[in-house]
Amino acid sequence: MFVDTVIEDKVLHKPVFLLYLSLTVLAIFFAFNFTNTIFGEFLSPVIGNPEESGFFGRLTVSFVLTILFVGNLLLISFARLKIQILIVWVELFFLFLAFAYSFGLEIAYIFENDFICSTESARKKLCTPSKIGLMVSKGLFTTIYISAVSIAIATVIAIFGAIAKLSNNGFAYAIASFYTSLFRGLPLLLQIYLIYMGLPQLGFMIDAIPSGIAALSLCYGAYMTEIFRAGIQSIPKGQWEASRALGFKFRLILQKIILPQSIPIIVPPTGNQFIAMLKDSSLVSVLGIWEIMFLAKKLGAKDFNHLEMLLTAAMIYWGLTIVLEMIQARIERKYQQKT
Amino acid sequence: MGDSITNENSVISLKGVNKWYGNFQALKDINLEINSKEKIVICGPSGSGKSTLIRCLNRLEAHQEGQIHVTGIELHNRMKDIDTVRQDIGMVFQSFNLFPHLTALENCMAGPNWVKGVDEKEAKERAMALLKQVKIPEQADKYPEQLSGGQQQRVAIARSLCMQPKVMLFDEPTSALDPEMVSEVLDTMVELAKSGMTMICVTHEMGFAKQVADRIIFMDEGEIVEQNTPEEFFNNPQNDRTKAFLNQILS
Repeated sequence: MFVDTVIEDKVLHKPVFLLYLSLTVLAIFFAFNFTNTIFGEFLSPVIGNPEESGFFGRLTVSFVLTILFVGNLLLISFARLKIQILIVWVELFFLFLAFAYSFGLEIAYIFENDFICSTESARKKLCTPSKIGLMVSKGLFTTIYISAVSIAIATVIAIFGAIAKLSNNGFAYAIASFYTSLFRGLPLLLQIYLIYMGLPQLGFMIDAIPSGIAALSLCYGAYMTEIFRAGIQSIPKGQWEASRALGFKFRLILQKIILPQSIPIIVPPTGNQFIAMLKDSSLVSVLGIWEIMFLAKKLGAKDFNHLEMLLTAAMIYWGLTIVLEMIQARIERKYQQKT
Repeated sequence: MGDSITNENSVISLKGVNKWYGNFQALKDINLEINSKEKIVICGPSGSGKSTLIRCLNRLEAHQEGQIHVTGIELHNRMKDIDTVRQDIGMVFQSFNLFPHLTALENCMAGPNWVKGVDEKEAKERAMALLKQVKIPEQADKYPEQLSGGQQQRVAIARSLCMQPKVMLFDEPTSALDPEMVSEVLDTMVELAKSGMTMICVTHEMGFAKQVADRIIFMDEGEIVEQNTPEEFFNNPQNDRTKAFLNQILS
């Protein structure tokens, strides 16, 4: 984005704005009433027993929270941009942790031994005998495996789909457009069921993992077909003409001239698809595949400690997508340098 | 029998060529013989069909009626060997159309290496020699966007010449250039003309036309209105439309 060269006054440093902001924040804190939370306890030397403090207590708690909130904003506003970003990230992360903490979770449960594993581990010596260990060694591995294979297949499908959609061949265009229409039109969960239960009706017995991979790659191949098509179409006509004028054949033009140029255009949206697919791989848990989501549900359900395991799964997915985002940024930078 | 004598020397011949875009007739009954080593300049107001005509010569555009023969082969919509014909016809575009992901040298090597089966070492030598000929060997390892417009167009000329074409087509090669870069491209073209290349140029550079052209063709509204030697064309134009055009462009 273009950053203007004229610096405007920070709106946070205008007294009028600060006043209105403080009043608004005060009103919000007052409306939500934090008196009976940890904040009220903390202020009990001033307001006495939070439960009996009434209007005065509620107002005091809101007032203190407002001072903290607005003061924090004001302090951050003086920092350099990178520091600002870092501080805000850390604070938001701690808020998220506080949100999770407020569930009153049994964190130790995540690290406890699990009996699914201890019975299974006799036969398969794969898993570590703790829930988190099982999530990582079995669940994370399966999720990455399924996603990686699906992404590879989806990319191949997308290249051929895009070429077919751009071709003058009626069959190719019809098949490709029918395919993208169908697989973009059905919910992924439905596709997973249809493949897993539908193919055996035709006489093809298909395991859970291959059908999960098939559903994911077909679905994301359809989305990526459109991305690749747009990427190919965005290359100026002059590139085709120059190649044709040199006597290049279609395949050579595509392979050596058009695709290399469309990669920088294709990478950002494709990265988004990869990230989305990684998370959507959780849907194959309905087939009983031992990936992260399935294990989270199974391990948590036994002792009704659902949230502990779901949060663990959430953290693993989040971490994975952060890694993918970093890889995507690196690829984007590489292609920016080259052209 | 006179026909067969001219045909022997003729590289490009058009007979009764008509072309339409929908209802709009872009080319009207074009008849033209271009001999080997001839330098032709095509001029005319914008929309007169000159670019369309030159793009029909390597079939980047299709004509609907009449015959176009290039190096003895007829161009039509069911031909099998268009790619071989195109390898013999170099084309330089108004917008350069260099391959932005390849260096200047790689742009020049691409044709011989990928389609003519010339091995990499020889393709590189040939490319370097031609970059020297267009006077930018020192830019060989730069990418097109690092080059000025004039340099890009010269690389584009070298890229076409690497295919060792029999004919070179120029489609307004200097129209997209800053004024101070026009001459470096024109100089390259003049030198190319001296080397005996058959050239067909769509251009508004009348100085270049005077200096190089054997024949100037004036087009308007899809037809060839007048064709003549530069001397006759500039000093003694026959048609009113030619006179009007020359008045505008030379004043």
